Amino acid sequence: MADEPKPEGGAAEPGKPEAPKAAPPKPAAAGAAAHAGGHAPAKPPAPMASTPWEGELPLRLKERFGDLITQCATYLGQNFLVAKPDAVIPILEFLKLEADFDYLVDITAVDYPNRAERFDLVYVLYSFARNERARIKTMVADGAKPPTAVNVHTGANWLEREVFDMFGIQFAGHPDMRRILLPEEWEGFPLRKEMSIIQQDDRWVRENLGIESGQ
Amino acid sequence: MPDATFLDTTELVLNMGPQHPSTHGVLRVILKLDGEKVIGTECVIGYLHRGVEKIGENRTYQQFAPYVDRMDYVAAVSNGLGYCLAVEKLLNIEAPPRAQVTRVILTELNRIASHLLWLGTHALDIGAITPVFYCFREREEVLKIFENYCGARLTTHAFRIGGLQYELYDGFEEQVKAFCDMFLPKVDEYEELLTNNRIWVARLKGVGILSGDECKEFGVTGPVLRAAGVKWDLRKAQPYSGYEQYDFEIPTGQNGDTYDRYVVRMQEMRQAVRIIRQAVEKIPSGPIGKTPKVIKPATGEVYVSIEAPKGELGYFVVSDNSTQPYRVRVRPPSFVNLQALDRMVRGGLVADVVAIIGTLDIVLGEVDR
Repeated sequence: MADEPKPEGGAAEPGKPEAPKAAPPKPAAAGAAAHAGGHAPAKPPAPMASTPWEGELPLRLKERFGDLITQCATYLGQNFLVAKPDAVIPILEFLKLEADFDYLVDITAVDYPNRAERFDLVYVLYSFARNERARIKTMVADGAKPPTAVNVHTGANWLEREVFDMFGIQFAGHPDMRRILLPEEWEGFPLRKEMSIIQQDDRWVRENLGIESGQ
Repeated sequence: MPDATFLDTTELVLNMGPQHPSTHGVLRVILKLDGEKVIGTECVIGYLHRGVEKIGENRTYQQFAPYVDRMDYVAAVSNGLGYCLAVEKLLNIEAPPRAQVTRVILTELNRIASHLLWLGTHALDIGAITPVFYCFREREEVLKIFENYCGARLTTHAFRIGGLQYELYDGFEEQVKAFCDMFLPKVDEYEELLTNNRIWVARLKGVGILSGDECKEFGVTGPVLRAAGVKWDLRKAQPYSGYEQYDFEIPTGQNGDTYDRYVVRMQEMRQAVRIIRQAVEKIPSGPIGKTPKVIKPATGEVYVSIEAPKGELGYFVVSDNSTQPYRVRVRPPSFVNLQALDRMVRGGLVADVVAIIGTLDIVLGEVDR
Protein backbone atom coordinates (compact mmCIF):
# COMPACT_ATOMS: atom_id res chain seq x y z
CA MET A 1 0.00 0.00 0.00
CA ALA A 2 2.80 2.44 -0.75
CA ASP A 3 1.82 5.86 -1.93
CA GLU A 4 4.26 5.59 -4.77
CA PRO A 5 2.90 7.73 -7.58
CA LYS A 6 2.52 6.12 -10.94
CA PRO A 7 2.55 7.92 -14.24
CA GLU A 8 -0.89 6.54 -15.17
CA GLY A 9 -2.59 7.20 -11.85
CA GLY A 10 -3.14 10.87 -12.61
CA ALA A 11 -6.03 12.83 -14.03
CA ALA A 12 -8.59 11.32 -16.35
CA GLU A 13 -8.08 11.78 -20.04
CA PRO A 14 -11.44 11.46 -21.75
CA GLY A 15 -11.62 9.37 -24.85
CA LYS A 16 -8.22 7.84 -24.40
CA PRO A 17 -8.78 4.40 -25.78
CA GLU A 18 -5.79 2.37 -24.65
CA ALA A 19 -5.38 0.88 -21.20
CA PRO A 20 -3.23 3.00 -18.88
CA LYS A 21 -0.60 0.34 -18.63
CA ALA A 22 2.78 0.59 -20.25
CA ALA A 23 3.58 -2.92 -21.43
CA PRO A 24 0.88 -4.73 -23.41
CA PRO A 25 0.93 -8.43 -22.54
CA LYS A 26 1.62 -11.10 -25.11
CA PRO A 27 -1.69 -12.38 -26.50
CA ALA A 28 -0.61 -15.97 -25.91
CA ALA A 29 -0.01 -15.34 -22.23
CA ALA A 30 -3.36 -13.62 -21.86
CA GLY A 31 -5.11 -16.52 -23.53
CA ALA A 32 -3.41 -19.06 -21.30
CA ALA A 33 -4.46 -17.15 -18.21
CA ALA A 34 -8.04 -17.09 -19.43
CA HIS A 35 -8.09 -20.85 -19.80
CA ALA A 36 -6.27 -21.70 -16.60
CA GLY A 37 -9.46 -21.71 -14.56
CA GLY A 38 -7.71 -20.41 -11.49
CA HIS A 39 -6.37 -16.94 -11.12
CA ALA A 40 -2.70 -16.93 -10.26
CA PRO A 41 -0.61 -14.07 -11.61
CA ALA A 42 3.03 -15.10 -11.87
CA LYS A 43 4.48 -12.25 -9.87
CA PRO A 44 2.89 -10.18 -7.12
CA PRO A 45 1.20 -7.16 -8.70
CA ALA A 46 2.33 -3.61 -8.06
CA PRO A 47 0.43 -1.97 -5.21
CA MET A 48 -2.49 0.33 -5.83
CA ALA A 49 -1.23 3.77 -6.85
CA SER A 50 -3.35 5.68 -4.39
CA THR A 51 -2.75 9.21 -3.19
CA PRO A 52 -3.54 10.60 0.28
CA TRP A 53 -7.15 11.56 0.91
CA GLU A 54 -7.17 15.30 1.43
CA GLY A 55 -9.89 17.16 3.27
CA GLU A 56 -11.47 17.76 6.60
CA LEU A 57 -13.04 14.35 7.14
CA PRO A 58 -9.85 12.25 7.12
CA LEU A 59 -8.32 14.70 9.60
CA ARG A 60 -11.29 14.29 11.92
CA LEU A 61 -11.11 10.54 11.58
CA LYS A 62 -7.38 10.47 12.27
CA GLU A 63 -7.85 12.69 15.28
CA ARG A 64 -10.59 10.52 16.65
CA PHE A 65 -9.23 7.06 15.90
CA GLY A 66 -5.50 7.62 15.68
CA ASP A 67 -3.51 4.51 14.92
CA LEU A 68 -6.60 2.40 14.42
CA ILE A 69 -6.79 3.96 10.96
CA THR A 70 -3.73 2.94 9.03
CA GLN A 71 -4.41 4.76 5.79
CA CYS A 72 -6.71 7.43 4.34
CA ALA A 73 -6.34 7.38 0.58
CA THR A 74 -7.89 8.22 -2.74
CA TYR A 75 -7.74 6.16 -5.88
CA LEU A 76 -9.20 7.51 -9.13
CA GLY A 77 -11.14 10.07 -7.15
CA GLN A 78 -12.65 7.54 -4.76
CA ASN A 79 -11.90 7.89 -1.07
CA PHE A 80 -11.24 4.98 1.21
CA LEU A 81 -9.68 4.32 4.53
CA VAL A 82 -7.97 1.25 5.89
CA ALA A 83 -8.67 0.46 9.51
CA LYS A 84 -8.02 -2.22 12.11
CA PRO A 85 -10.90 -4.74 12.31
CA ASP A 86 -11.94 -3.68 15.81
CA ALA A 87 -12.24 -0.06 14.74
CA VAL A 88 -14.65 -0.65 11.87
CA ILE A 89 -17.89 -0.55 13.85
CA PRO A 90 -16.92 2.58 15.85
CA ILE A 91 -15.92 4.23 12.58
CA LEU A 92 -19.21 3.28 10.96
CA GLU A 93 -21.01 4.71 13.96
CA PHE A 94 -18.94 7.87 13.93
CA LEU A 95 -19.47 8.38 10.23
CA LYS A 96 -23.18 7.75 10.55
CA LEU A 97 -23.84 10.00 13.52
CA GLU A 98 -21.30 12.75 13.07
CA ALA A 99 -20.60 12.88 9.35
CA ASP A 100 -23.99 11.93 7.85
CA PHE A 101 -22.83 8.73 6.19
CA ASP A 102 -26.23 7.23 6.83
CA TYR A 103 -26.48 4.80 3.94
CA LEU A 104 -24.53 1.57 3.98
CA VAL A 105 -24.35 0.73 0.29
CA ASP A 106 -22.58 -2.57 0.38
CA ILE A 107 -20.40 -4.96 2.34
CA THR A 108 -18.18 -7.33 0.48
CA ALA A 109 -14.89 -9.16 0.76
CA VAL A 110 -11.86 -9.90 -1.38
CA ASP A 111 -9.71 -12.96 -0.85
CA TYR A 112 -5.91 -12.77 -0.94
CA PRO A 113 -4.93 -16.33 0.04
CA ASN A 114 -1.19 -15.65 0.25
CA ARG A 115 -1.58 -12.97 2.87
CA ALA A 116 -1.57 -13.67 6.60
CA GLU A 117 -4.81 -11.73 7.06
CA ARG A 118 -6.26 -13.15 3.94
CA PHE A 119 -9.51 -11.23 3.54
CA ASP A 120 -10.18 -7.62 2.72
CA LEU A 121 -13.53 -6.65 4.14
CA VAL A 122 -14.94 -3.66 2.29
CA TYR A 123 -17.76 -1.39 3.46
CA VAL A 124 -19.12 1.07 0.92
CA LEU A 125 -20.82 4.11 2.43
CA TYR A 126 -22.73 7.04 1.04
CA SER A 127 -23.91 10.27 2.59
CA PHE A 128 -27.10 11.79 1.24
CA ALA A 129 -26.36 15.12 2.88
CA ARG A 130 -22.81 15.40 1.52
CA ASN A 131 -23.45 13.49 -1.72
CA GLU A 132 -20.20 11.71 -1.08
CA ARG A 133 -18.96 8.17 -0.97
CA ALA A 134 -16.35 6.53 1.18
CA ARG A 135 -15.10 3.01 1.62
CA ILE A 136 -13.78 1.37 4.75
CA LYS A 137 -11.40 -1.48 4.26
CA THR A 138 -10.11 -3.83 6.88
CA MET A 139 -8.08 -7.01 6.80
CA VAL A 140 -9.21 -10.10 8.64
CA ALA A 141 -7.58 -13.48 9.03
CA ASP A 142 -9.32 -16.73 8.20
CA GLY A 143 -11.30 -17.77 11.25
CA ALA A 144 -11.33 -14.31 12.79
CA LYS A 145 -14.77 -13.08 13.66
CA PRO A 146 -15.15 -9.38 12.89
CA PRO A 147 -18.05 -7.72 14.72
CA THR A 148 -21.31 -7.26 12.90
CA ALA A 149 -22.51 -3.90 11.60
CA VAL A 150 -26.20 -4.78 12.02
CA ASN A 151 -26.55 -2.60 15.10
CA VAL A 152 -25.42 0.44 13.14
CA HIS A 153 -27.04 -0.28 9.79
CA THR A 154 -29.95 -2.73 9.72
CA GLY A 155 -29.27 -3.41 6.05
CA ALA A 156 -25.96 -5.05 6.93
CA ASN A 157 -27.84 -8.21 7.87
CA TRP A 158 -28.17 -9.84 4.46
CA LEU A 159 -24.97 -8.33 3.15
CA GLU A 160 -22.98 -9.97 5.94
CA ARG A 161 -24.81 -13.21 5.44
CA GLU A 162 -23.74 -13.17 1.82
CA VAL A 163 -20.12 -12.50 2.78
CA PHE A 164 -20.32 -15.47 5.14
CA ASP A 165 -21.95 -17.62 2.46
CA MET A 166 -19.32 -16.84 -0.15
CA PHE A 167 -16.16 -16.44 1.94
CA GLY A 168 -16.85 -18.13 5.26
CA ILE A 169 -16.23 -15.01 7.32
CA GLN A 170 -18.38 -15.22 10.44
CA PHE A 171 -19.58 -11.98 11.97
CA ALA A 172 -19.64 -11.88 15.75
CA GLY A 173 -22.97 -10.80 17.19
CA HIS A 174 -24.88 -11.22 13.94
CA PRO A 175 -28.50 -12.15 14.72
CA ASP A 176 -28.86 -14.73 11.97
CA MET A 177 -25.48 -15.98 10.74
CA ARG A 178 -26.61 -18.49 8.14
CA ARG A 179 -25.98 -19.03 4.47
CA ILE A 180 -28.26 -16.96 2.28
CA LEU A 181 -27.84 -17.96 -1.36
CA LEU A 182 -26.46 -21.50 -1.15
CA PRO A 183 -28.25 -24.38 0.57
CA GLU A 184 -27.64 -24.53 4.30
CA GLU A 185 -25.90 -27.91 4.21
CA TRP A 186 -23.56 -26.88 1.38
CA GLU A 187 -19.88 -27.26 2.17
CA GLY A 188 -17.22 -24.89 0.93
CA PHE A 189 -17.10 -21.17 0.28
CA PRO A 190 -17.18 -20.53 -3.45
CA LEU A 191 -15.56 -17.11 -3.68
CA ARG A 192 -12.40 -18.23 -1.90
CA LYS A 193 -9.61 -18.37 -4.40
CA GLU A 194 -8.77 -22.03 -3.81
CA MET A 195 -12.21 -22.95 -5.13
CA SER A 196 -12.06 -23.49 -8.85
CA ILE A 197 -14.94 -22.30 -10.97
CA ILE A 198 -16.33 -25.78 -11.63
CA GLN A 199 -15.84 -27.09 -8.11
CA GLN A 200 -18.98 -27.96 -6.21
CA ASP A 201 -20.14 -29.83 -3.15
CA ASP A 202 -20.41 -33.24 -4.81
CA ARG A 203 -22.06 -34.88 -1.83
CA TRP A 204 -24.80 -32.28 -1.68
CA VAL A 205 -25.44 -32.51 -5.40
CA ARG A 206 -25.57 -36.31 -5.28
CA GLU A 207 -27.84 -36.49 -2.27
CA ASN A 208 -30.20 -33.68 -3.17
CA LEU A 209 -30.30 -33.68 -6.94
CA GLY A 210 -29.64 -37.37 -7.53
CA ILE A 211 -26.97 -36.69 -10.13
CA GLU A 212 -23.23 -37.15 -10.06
CA SER A 213 -22.34 -33.68 -11.17
CA GLY A 214 -24.06 -30.47 -11.99
CA GLN A 215 -21.36 -29.55 -14.49
CA MET B 1 -61.82 -10.95 18.33
CA PRO B 2 -64.16 -11.88 21.22
CA ASP B 3 -62.62 -13.30 24.35
CA ALA B 4 -64.55 -16.53 24.24
CA THR B 5 -64.68 -18.49 21.05
CA PHE B 6 -65.44 -22.08 20.33
CA LEU B 7 -62.72 -22.18 17.70
CA ASP B 8 -59.11 -22.73 18.58
CA THR B 9 -56.75 -20.34 16.88
CA THR B 10 -53.18 -21.25 16.14
CA GLU B 11 -50.45 -19.61 14.20
CA LEU B 12 -50.11 -20.91 10.72
CA VAL B 13 -46.95 -21.19 8.69
CA LEU B 14 -47.59 -20.73 5.01
CA ASN B 15 -45.13 -21.32 2.22
CA MET B 16 -45.44 -18.90 -0.62
CA GLY B 17 -43.35 -19.99 -3.54
CA PRO B 18 -40.86 -20.78 -4.86
CA GLN B 19 -43.26 -21.70 -7.66
CA HIS B 20 -45.80 -19.00 -6.99
CA PRO B 21 -46.63 -16.79 -9.96
CA SER B 22 -46.69 -13.56 -8.03
CA THR B 23 -43.24 -13.98 -6.54
CA HIS B 24 -41.90 -12.91 -9.94
CA GLY B 25 -39.50 -15.78 -10.24
CA VAL B 26 -38.32 -18.31 -7.75
CA LEU B 27 -38.66 -16.55 -4.43
CA ARG B 28 -39.87 -18.50 -1.45
CA VAL B 29 -41.41 -16.50 1.35
CA ILE B 30 -42.28 -18.34 4.53
CA LEU B 31 -45.13 -16.49 6.17
CA LYS B 32 -46.17 -16.84 9.76
CA LEU B 33 -49.83 -15.98 9.97
CA ASP B 34 -52.30 -15.23 12.69
CA GLY B 35 -55.52 -15.56 10.79
CA GLU B 36 -55.01 -13.25 7.86
CA LYS B 37 -52.44 -11.16 9.61
CA VAL B 38 -48.76 -11.58 8.84
CA ILE B 39 -46.71 -11.79 12.02
CA GLY B 40 -43.39 -12.79 10.53
CA THR B 41 -41.65 -13.66 7.31
CA GLU B 42 -38.54 -15.27 6.09
CA CYS B 43 -37.24 -15.06 2.53
CA VAL B 44 -35.52 -18.08 1.08
CA ILE B 45 -33.49 -17.06 -1.93
CA GLY B 46 -30.69 -18.46 -4.02
CA TYR B 47 -32.66 -20.69 -6.39
CA LEU B 48 -31.19 -18.83 -9.35
CA HIS B 49 -27.69 -18.50 -7.96
CA ARG B 50 -25.23 -19.01 -10.80
CA GLY B 51 -22.10 -17.61 -9.21
CA VAL B 52 -21.89 -14.58 -11.47
CA GLU B 53 -19.17 -13.03 -9.33
CA LYS B 54 -17.08 -16.19 -9.50
CA ILE B 55 -17.52 -16.32 -13.26
CA GLY B 56 -16.28 -12.75 -13.40
CA GLU B 57 -13.00 -13.72 -11.77
CA ASN B 58 -12.46 -16.42 -14.34
CA ARG B 59 -13.12 -14.47 -17.51
CA THR B 60 -11.39 -11.53 -19.08
CA TYR B 61 -12.95 -8.13 -18.66
CA GLN B 62 -14.49 -8.30 -22.13
CA GLN B 63 -15.70 -11.88 -21.75
CA PHE B 64 -17.56 -11.09 -18.56
CA ALA B 65 -19.59 -8.25 -20.09
CA PRO B 66 -22.38 -10.43 -21.54
CA TYR B 67 -22.80 -12.25 -18.23
CA VAL B 68 -23.96 -9.17 -16.39
CA ASP B 69 -27.00 -8.96 -18.67
CA ARG B 70 -28.23 -12.18 -17.10
CA MET B 71 -28.66 -10.68 -13.66
CA ASP B 72 -31.49 -8.20 -14.02
CA TYR B 73 -32.57 -9.58 -17.36
CA VAL B 74 -35.47 -7.17 -17.77
CA ALA B 75 -33.00 -4.27 -17.55
CA ALA B 76 -30.00 -5.83 -19.25
CA VAL B 77 -28.90 -2.56 -20.80
CA SER B 78 -28.54 -0.94 -17.36
CA ASN B 79 -26.48 -3.86 -16.09
CA GLY B 80 -24.19 -3.55 -19.07
CA LEU B 81 -23.85 0.20 -18.65
CA GLY B 82 -22.86 -0.13 -15.01
CA TYR B 83 -20.26 -2.76 -15.77
CA CYS B 84 -18.78 -0.82 -18.70
CA LEU B 85 -18.59 2.34 -16.59
CA ALA B 86 -16.87 0.48 -13.78
CA VAL B 87 -14.19 -1.00 -16.02
CA GLU B 88 -13.77 2.31 -17.82
CA LYS B 89 -13.25 3.97 -14.47
CA LEU B 90 -10.65 1.37 -13.59
CA LEU B 91 -8.92 2.07 -16.91
CA ASN B 92 -9.40 5.79 -16.39
CA ILE B 93 -11.01 6.24 -19.81
CA GLU B 94 -14.33 7.60 -20.94
CA ALA B 95 -16.58 6.68 -23.81
CA PRO B 96 -16.75 9.27 -26.62
CA PRO B 97 -19.77 11.65 -26.63
CA ARG B 98 -21.63 9.82 -29.39
CA ALA B 99 -21.45 6.59 -27.44
CA GLN B 100 -22.54 8.32 -24.23
CA VAL B 101 -25.68 9.80 -25.79
CA THR B 102 -26.56 6.48 -27.40
CA ARG B 103 -26.07 4.78 -24.06
CA VAL B 104 -28.46 7.21 -22.40
CA ILE B 105 -31.13 6.64 -25.05
CA LEU B 106 -30.94 2.87 -24.85
CA THR B 107 -30.74 2.83 -21.06
CA GLU B 108 -33.79 5.04 -20.73
CA LEU B 109 -35.67 2.90 -23.24
CA ASN B 110 -34.73 -0.04 -21.08
CA ARG B 111 -36.02 1.77 -18.00
CA ILE B 112 -39.36 2.10 -19.76
CA ALA B 113 -39.31 -1.58 -20.72
CA SER B 114 -38.49 -2.57 -17.16
CA HIS B 115 -41.19 -0.38 -15.65
CA LEU B 116 -43.71 -1.68 -18.18
CA LEU B 117 -42.98 -5.25 -17.18
CA TRP B 118 -43.35 -4.23 -13.56
CA LEU B 119 -46.65 -2.43 -14.20
CA GLY B 120 -48.15 -5.28 -16.16
CA THR B 121 -47.24 -7.99 -13.69
CA HIS B 122 -48.02 -5.86 -10.64
CA ALA B 123 -51.49 -5.10 -11.98
CA LEU B 124 -51.93 -8.77 -12.78
CA ASP B 125 -51.04 -9.67 -9.20
CA ILE B 126 -53.65 -7.26 -7.91
CA GLY B 127 -56.24 -8.75 -10.21
CA ALA B 128 -56.32 -6.33 -13.13
CA ILE B 129 -55.85 -8.52 -16.16
CA THR B 130 -55.89 -5.94 -18.95
CA PRO B 131 -52.81 -3.78 -18.28
CA VAL B 132 -50.36 -6.63 -18.80
CA PHE B 133 -51.42 -6.95 -22.43
CA TYR B 134 -51.16 -3.22 -23.02
CA CYS B 135 -47.78 -3.06 -21.31
CA PHE B 136 -46.34 -5.93 -23.28
CA ARG B 137 -47.65 -4.36 -26.47
CA GLU B 138 -45.64 -1.19 -25.84
CA ARG B 139 -42.66 -3.04 -24.42
CA GLU B 140 -42.49 -4.93 -27.68
CA GLU B 141 -41.76 -1.64 -29.49
CA VAL B 142 -38.80 -1.02 -27.21
CA LEU B 143 -37.51 -4.53 -27.75
CA LYS B 144 -37.79 -4.01 -31.51
CA ILE B 145 -35.48 -1.03 -31.23
CA PHE B 146 -33.01 -3.16 -29.27
CA GLU B 147 -33.29 -5.91 -31.85
CA ASN B 148 -32.67 -3.51 -34.70
CA TYR B 149 -29.72 -2.05 -32.89
CA CYS B 150 -27.88 -5.12 -31.70
CA GLY B 151 -29.82 -8.18 -32.74
CA ALA B 152 -30.90 -9.19 -29.26
CA ARG B 153 -34.11 -8.29 -27.52
CA LEU B 154 -33.58 -9.19 -23.90
CA THR B 155 -29.97 -9.85 -22.97
CA THR B 156 -28.67 -7.22 -25.31
CA HIS B 157 -24.99 -6.77 -24.52
CA ALA B 158 -25.52 -3.42 -26.20
CA PHE B 159 -22.42 -1.65 -24.93
CA ARG B 160 -18.75 -2.43 -24.92
CA ILE B 161 -16.03 -1.28 -22.57
CA GLY B 162 -14.85 1.99 -24.07
CA GLY B 163 -17.94 2.74 -26.13
CA LEU B 164 -20.23 0.83 -28.44
CA GLN B 165 -19.85 -2.14 -30.70
CA TYR B 166 -22.32 -1.04 -33.35
CA GLU B 167 -22.97 2.20 -35.13
CA LEU B 168 -26.61 3.34 -34.98
CA TYR B 169 -28.74 1.87 -37.75
CA ASP B 170 -30.46 3.98 -40.39
CA GLY B 171 -33.76 5.21 -39.09
CA PHE B 172 -32.84 4.83 -35.42
CA GLU B 173 -33.74 8.41 -34.55
CA GLU B 174 -37.07 8.18 -36.39
CA GLN B 175 -37.99 4.94 -34.71
CA VAL B 176 -37.12 6.26 -31.26
CA LYS B 177 -39.04 9.49 -31.86
CA ALA B 178 -42.04 7.55 -33.16
CA PHE B 179 -41.92 5.41 -30.06
CA CYS B 180 -41.90 8.48 -27.79
CA ASP B 181 -44.86 10.01 -29.63
CA MET B 182 -46.77 6.79 -29.46
CA PHE B 183 -45.86 5.99 -25.86
CA LEU B 184 -46.92 9.05 -23.86
CA PRO B 185 -50.64 8.71 -24.72
CA LYS B 186 -50.35 5.06 -23.72
CA VAL B 187 -49.15 6.07 -20.26
CA ASP B 188 -52.27 8.22 -20.00
CA GLU B 189 -54.23 5.16 -20.98
CA TYR B 190 -52.72 3.03 -18.22
CA GLU B 191 -53.36 5.79 -15.75
CA GLU B 192 -56.97 6.03 -16.86
CA LEU B 193 -57.32 2.35 -16.14
CA LEU B 194 -55.63 2.39 -12.78
CA THR B 195 -54.85 5.68 -11.06
CA ASN B 196 -58.37 6.44 -9.86
CA ASN B 197 -59.68 2.91 -10.09
CA ARG B 198 -61.41 2.21 -6.78
CA ILE B 199 -60.18 -1.34 -6.45
CA TRP B 200 -56.63 -0.32 -7.37
CA VAL B 201 -56.61 2.51 -4.86
CA ALA B 202 -58.16 0.38 -2.14
CA ARG B 203 -55.58 -2.35 -2.64
CA LEU B 204 -52.56 -0.03 -2.76
CA LYS B 205 -53.15 3.03 -0.57
CA GLY B 206 -51.55 2.73 2.82
CA VAL B 207 -50.22 -0.74 2.07
CA GLY B 208 -46.60 -1.69 2.73
CA ILE B 209 -45.43 1.66 4.03
CA LEU B 210 -41.68 2.16 4.19
CA SER B 211 -40.59 5.58 5.41
CA GLY B 212 -37.59 7.46 4.11
CA ASP B 213 -35.62 6.75 7.27
CA GLU B 214 -36.42 3.07 7.07
CA CYS B 215 -35.28 3.04 3.45
CA LYS B 216 -31.93 4.53 4.46
CA GLU B 217 -31.65 2.09 7.33
CA PHE B 218 -32.01 -0.84 4.95
CA GLY B 219 -30.17 0.76 2.05
CA VAL B 220 -33.28 0.66 -0.10
CA THR B 221 -32.95 2.81 -3.22
CA GLY B 222 -34.72 3.52 -6.47
CA PRO B 223 -38.44 4.24 -6.83
CA VAL B 224 -39.11 2.77 -3.38
CA LEU B 225 -36.90 5.40 -1.76
CA ARG B 226 -38.30 8.21 -3.89
CA ALA B 227 -41.88 7.20 -3.10
CA ALA B 228 -41.00 7.78 0.55
CA GLY B 229 -40.28 11.41 -0.27
CA VAL B 230 -36.48 11.25 -0.59
CA LYS B 231 -35.57 13.14 -3.72
CA TRP B 232 -32.50 11.14 -4.63
CA ASP B 233 -31.56 9.79 -7.99
CA LEU B 234 -28.00 8.90 -8.93
CA ARG B 235 -28.53 10.40 -12.38
CA LYS B 236 -28.86 13.77 -10.63
CA ALA B 237 -26.74 13.22 -7.53
CA GLN B 238 -23.68 11.83 -9.26
CA PRO B 239 -24.32 12.10 -12.99
CA TYR B 240 -22.65 9.60 -15.30
CA SER B 241 -22.69 9.17 -19.05
CA GLY B 242 -23.63 12.83 -19.50
CA TYR B 243 -26.92 12.80 -17.57
CA GLU B 244 -26.18 16.30 -16.32
CA GLN B 245 -26.97 17.63 -19.82
CA TYR B 246 -30.60 16.60 -19.70
CA ASP B 247 -33.48 18.40 -18.18
CA PHE B 248 -35.68 16.09 -16.13
CA GLU B 249 -37.44 15.85 -12.80
CA ILE B 250 -37.09 13.34 -9.99
CA PRO B 251 -40.65 12.26 -9.20
CA THR B 252 -41.29 11.65 -5.52
CA GLY B 253 -44.16 10.53 -3.34
CA GLN B 254 -45.03 11.41 0.25
CA ASN B 255 -46.38 8.36 1.98
CA GLY B 256 -43.99 5.63 0.95
CA ASP B 257 -46.86 3.26 0.33
CA THR B 258 -47.53 0.95 -2.58
CA TYR B 259 -49.69 3.54 -4.30
CA ASP B 260 -46.97 6.19 -4.20
CA ARG B 261 -44.49 3.75 -5.63
CA TYR B 262 -46.90 3.16 -8.47
CA VAL B 263 -47.26 6.89 -9.08
CA VAL B 264 -43.49 7.43 -8.97
CA ARG B 265 -42.80 4.73 -11.53
CA MET B 266 -45.49 6.07 -13.85
CA GLN B 267 -43.90 9.51 -13.65
CA GLU B 268 -40.47 8.02 -14.23
CA MET B 269 -41.63 6.57 -17.52
CA ARG B 270 -42.73 10.04 -18.60
CA GLN B 271 -39.42 11.50 -17.49
CA ALA B 272 -37.57 8.79 -19.39
CA VAL B 273 -39.38 9.84 -22.54
CA ARG B 274 -38.37 13.42 -21.81
CA ILE B 275 -34.72 12.43 -21.55
CA ILE B 276 -34.88 10.31 -24.70
CA ARG B 277 -36.45 13.15 -26.68
CA GLN B 278 -33.66 15.52 -25.67
CA ALA B 279 -30.95 12.96 -26.29
CA VAL B 280 -32.16 11.87 -29.70
CA GLU B 281 -32.11 15.48 -30.90
CA LYS B 282 -28.44 15.86 -30.16
CA ILE B 283 -26.64 12.68 -30.98
CA PRO B 284 -23.21 14.05 -31.80
CA SER B 285 -21.28 12.74 -34.73
CA GLY B 286 -17.89 11.22 -34.19
CA PRO B 287 -16.41 7.94 -33.11
CA ILE B 288 -18.39 5.42 -31.09
CA GLY B 289 -15.37 4.23 -29.19
CA LYS B 290 -13.22 1.23 -29.57
CA THR B 291 -12.83 -1.57 -27.10
CA PRO B 292 -9.20 -2.04 -26.18
CA LYS B 293 -8.04 -5.44 -27.47
CA VAL B 294 -6.33 -6.20 -24.19
CA ILE B 295 -7.78 -4.78 -21.02
CA LYS B 296 -5.23 -4.86 -18.26
CA PRO B 297 -5.99 -2.13 -15.72
CA ALA B 298 -3.43 -0.98 -13.19
CA THR B 299 -3.74 -2.54 -9.75
CA GLY B 300 -6.56 -0.90 -7.90
CA GLU B 301 -10.19 -1.04 -6.95
CA VAL B 302 -13.19 1.08 -7.81
CA TYR B 303 -16.86 1.19 -6.91
CA VAL B 304 -19.08 2.58 -9.63
CA SER B 305 -22.84 2.66 -9.48
CA ILE B 306 -25.71 3.78 -11.65
CA GLU B 307 -29.40 4.39 -11.22
CA ALA B 308 -30.87 1.18 -12.58
CA PRO B 309 -34.67 0.92 -12.88
CA LYS B 310 -34.73 -0.88 -9.53
CA GLY B 311 -32.30 1.27 -7.58
CA GLU B 312 -28.60 1.69 -7.11
CA LEU B 313 -26.73 -0.91 -9.11
CA GLY B 314 -23.07 -0.92 -8.16
CA TYR B 315 -19.97 -2.72 -9.31
CA PHE B 316 -16.95 -3.07 -7.08
CA VAL B 317 -14.11 -4.20 -9.33
CA VAL B 318 -10.64 -5.10 -8.11
CA SER B 319 -7.80 -5.34 -10.57
CA ASP B 320 -4.48 -7.05 -9.94
CA ASN B 321 -3.02 -5.82 -13.21
CA SER B 322 -4.02 -8.90 -15.15
CA THR B 323 -6.51 -9.37 -17.96
CA GLN B 324 -9.10 -10.81 -15.62
CA PRO B 325 -10.76 -9.00 -12.75
CA TYR B 326 -9.39 -10.12 -9.41
CA ARG B 327 -12.82 -9.63 -7.94
CA VAL B 328 -16.14 -8.37 -9.26
CA ARG B 329 -18.76 -7.59 -6.73
CA VAL B 330 -22.23 -6.63 -7.85
CA ARG B 331 -24.28 -4.53 -5.51
CA PRO B 332 -27.73 -5.63 -6.58
CA PRO B 333 -30.62 -3.29 -5.86
CA SER B 334 -33.17 -6.12 -5.85
CA PHE B 335 -31.29 -8.09 -3.17
CA VAL B 336 -30.93 -5.11 -0.89
CA ASN B 337 -34.49 -3.92 -1.43
CA LEU B 338 -35.92 -7.38 -0.81
CA GLN B 339 -34.47 -7.31 2.68
CA ALA B 340 -37.01 -4.65 3.61
CA LEU B 341 -39.91 -6.95 2.68
CA ASP B 342 -40.26 -8.21 6.23
CA ARG B 343 -40.61 -4.70 7.60
CA MET B 344 -43.20 -3.85 4.95
CA VAL B 345 -45.49 -6.86 5.29
CA ARG B 346 -45.34 -7.40 9.05
CA GLY B 347 -48.69 -6.58 10.61
CA GLY B 348 -50.42 -6.42 7.25
CA LEU B 349 -52.73 -8.87 5.55
CA VAL B 350 -51.57 -11.93 3.70
CA ALA B 351 -53.23 -10.69 0.51
CA ASP B 352 -51.08 -7.56 0.64
CA VAL B 353 -47.87 -9.58 0.54
CA VAL B 354 -48.47 -10.11 -3.15
CA ALA B 355 -48.99 -6.40 -3.71
CA ILE B 356 -45.83 -5.54 -1.77
CA ILE B 357 -43.60 -8.03 -3.55
CA GLY B 358 -44.89 -6.61 -6.80
CA THR B 359 -44.23 -3.05 -5.77
CA LEU B 360 -40.66 -3.81 -4.69
CA ASP B 361 -40.05 -4.72 -8.34
CA ILE B 362 -37.47 -7.40 -7.72
CA VAL B 363 -35.94 -9.66 -10.31
CA LEU B 364 -34.76 -12.92 -8.85
CA GLY B 365 -32.00 -13.24 -11.39
CA GLU B 366 -30.45 -10.23 -9.77
CA VAL B 367 -31.26 -11.18 -6.19
CA ASP B 368 -29.53 -14.53 -6.58
CA ARG B 369 -26.91 -13.75 -9.26
